Amino acid sequence: MKHLKPINQKAARIEAYVEHQAARAAERDMDVIGLRTPPHEENGPHFPLGCSLVFAPGWEVDSQGGTAGLCQPVERDIFDCHLSCFWPAHVPDQLNHAQDWTGKCASAQKDWRKLDLIFP
Amino acid sequence: MNPPVATGAPDTTGAQPLLALREFHPFEAHGARFLYMVPSAGIFRMDDAGCAILDLLAEGPAELDAVVEALSARFEVDRILGTVHELTEIRAIGDVDAPKEQVPNDLPPADFPLNTMVLNVTNKCNLACTYCYEYGEDKIVDTAYGKQPKFMSDETAEESVEFLLQESKDQPVAHLTFFGGETLLNFPVLQKTVAYARRRAAEEGKRIEFSLTTNATLLKPEIIEWLADNQIGVTISIDGPKPVQDGLRVFHNGKGTYDVVLPKIKDLLARHRSRPIGARVTLTQKNMNVLEIFRHLTEEIGFWEVGLAPVTTQEHRDYAITPESKDAMLLQFEELANEWLECALRDEHHGFSNVRDTIEEIHKGVSKAYGCGAGLGLMGVATDGEVALCHRFAGSEEHTIGNVVDGVDREKQGRFLVDHHIASKTDCHTCWARPICSGGCYHEAHVNYGTSSHANLHYCTWVRSWTHTCLEIYGALAEKNPKFLERFDA
Repeated sequence: MKHLKPINQKAARIEAYVEHQAARAAERDMDVIGLRTPPHEENGPHFPLGCSLVFAPGWEVDSQGGTAGLCQPVERDIFDCHLSCFWPAHVPDQLNHAQDWTGKCASAQKDWRKLDLIFP
Repeated sequence: MNPPVATGAPDTTGAQPLLALREFHPFEAHGARFLYMVPSAGIFRMDDAGCAILDLLAEGPAELDAVVEALSARFEVDRILGTVHELTEIRAIGDVDAPKEQVPNDLPPADFPLNTMVLNVTNKCNLACTYCYEYGEDKIVDTAYGKQPKFMSDETAEESVEFLLQESKDQPVAHLTFFGGETLLNFPVLQKTVAYARRRAAEEGKRIEFSLTTNATLLKPEIIEWLADNQIGVTISIDGPKPVQDGLRVFHNGKGTYDVVLPKIKDLLARHRSRPIGARVTLTQKNMNVLEIFRHLTEEIGFWEVGLAPVTTQEHRDYAITPESKDAMLLQFEELANEWLECALRDEHHGFSNVRDTIEEIHKGVSKAYGCGAGLGLMGVATDGEVALCHRFAGSEEHTIGNVVDGVDREKQGRFLVDHHIASKTDCHTCWARPICSGGCYHEAHVNYGTSSHANLHYCTWVRSWTHTCLEIYGALAEKNPKFLERFDA
């Protein structure tokens, strides 16, 4: 820490923890990434884990007619699933409680980080 | 349509969260400003930018841009951003909507070792102090006519030693404290138990340290020799100068004890140099002159240290300390604490042990789940071998969690640990002093609220004031003589 000075033993432990967390966050693979996003596939083949491989559950082709980016079972409960796929994902109540939740997210692919957490 | 794909790029354009103050207690010392973080108990010293940010947010939540704009005339933008980042990391500030941190309900591991066993070698006493929690009006156990034997037998004492050796698990050192009643009424058992415990500990590759508390009336040369030779730590219960001592600490016939104990204590202090001898004072409405008591015990009698504790009793008793007296008592505590600080700044000893103990906890940054170690690292054994939460509950069936032969009833102990955890004391959850206090003494709670799991709400203000004073002293030492604090490192 450059600005705050840890004084007691516990503060020194907090500082060490914070620095450790920062070092971990700085590692590239600590960011949030999609399953099909590099670097996982940088050095290896493409693994089509999507549902079309097993024909169930989900779509055999995506909404554009393609097969390259079919959604994974583990990815079904996220933001965009409930919009374009009409999947009943858990999202905030945008009619009453959190009307502006998607206000800053024009394109989910680009702006998903602007979707903030909603606290009751 | 596909699920969103992360880019891995940091968010630089997103909506700004509204920054607000989170939980901490600020204090100042020697012109420097510090934060006591709650509940972590970490202490951080602030620089000017940190102070300015907190002052700004104290007026209300603000977006980061607004903070930067308001302070950019005084500090470089990078410094403001860096300080905001660090304040966020230590959780002094954060998103205004972020939920309050929950008090974690993490119970100690099942194999938690016993560190200290308090052995009530007798429940009989040759004095009749009115405020006594064992014999007085607030007693829990029928000590006079109850089922417990008056004296602990050799056999039970030996079984207790075995219990301590076993329950201390892999700890190399365990502590055995003899208590009463008046401990020295059962001197023969003390002698045998210490010899037995030494031998058995050596066989187990361990060490046991011994201490006792006594009213000093029964000290005599051969006992003093034995205490010194065996390096027994001794605490003397004494309330102060003659008028004070004779008013409260009396024999059964009402006669005061001062003249009896004074020469004996002086003999003890002269002969017993292997361990520091401390005095333990019970403060009541009838003896409130803390400064006079402290000076008498240290300067005139020669105790190495003095610990003062307000009497445990219900508020309607005539010796119960009134709220006004509590305030006066606090002022005197603060005066002694400042004397302690002056000595510490010169690397000198000062015998006010109350402040020393709190400073040590502050230095380590303890954040307690329990008010004390009773029922976990500390247990009290009654004369019949029943194991209670602590010595103050010894003999109370309701507070028994096992016995020295069969061991601890883990189910009962488990229930106790859940009920008494800080997570269960919702009154404490908004208090900044909870890392240090954690609801306070179970016996005090039992006497005042009828249940040991209740938080001691009657002394909250007092505890907060006292903790604040100790934080200021700690801050002053950190500024002016940080080397002194290294003695608390271990």
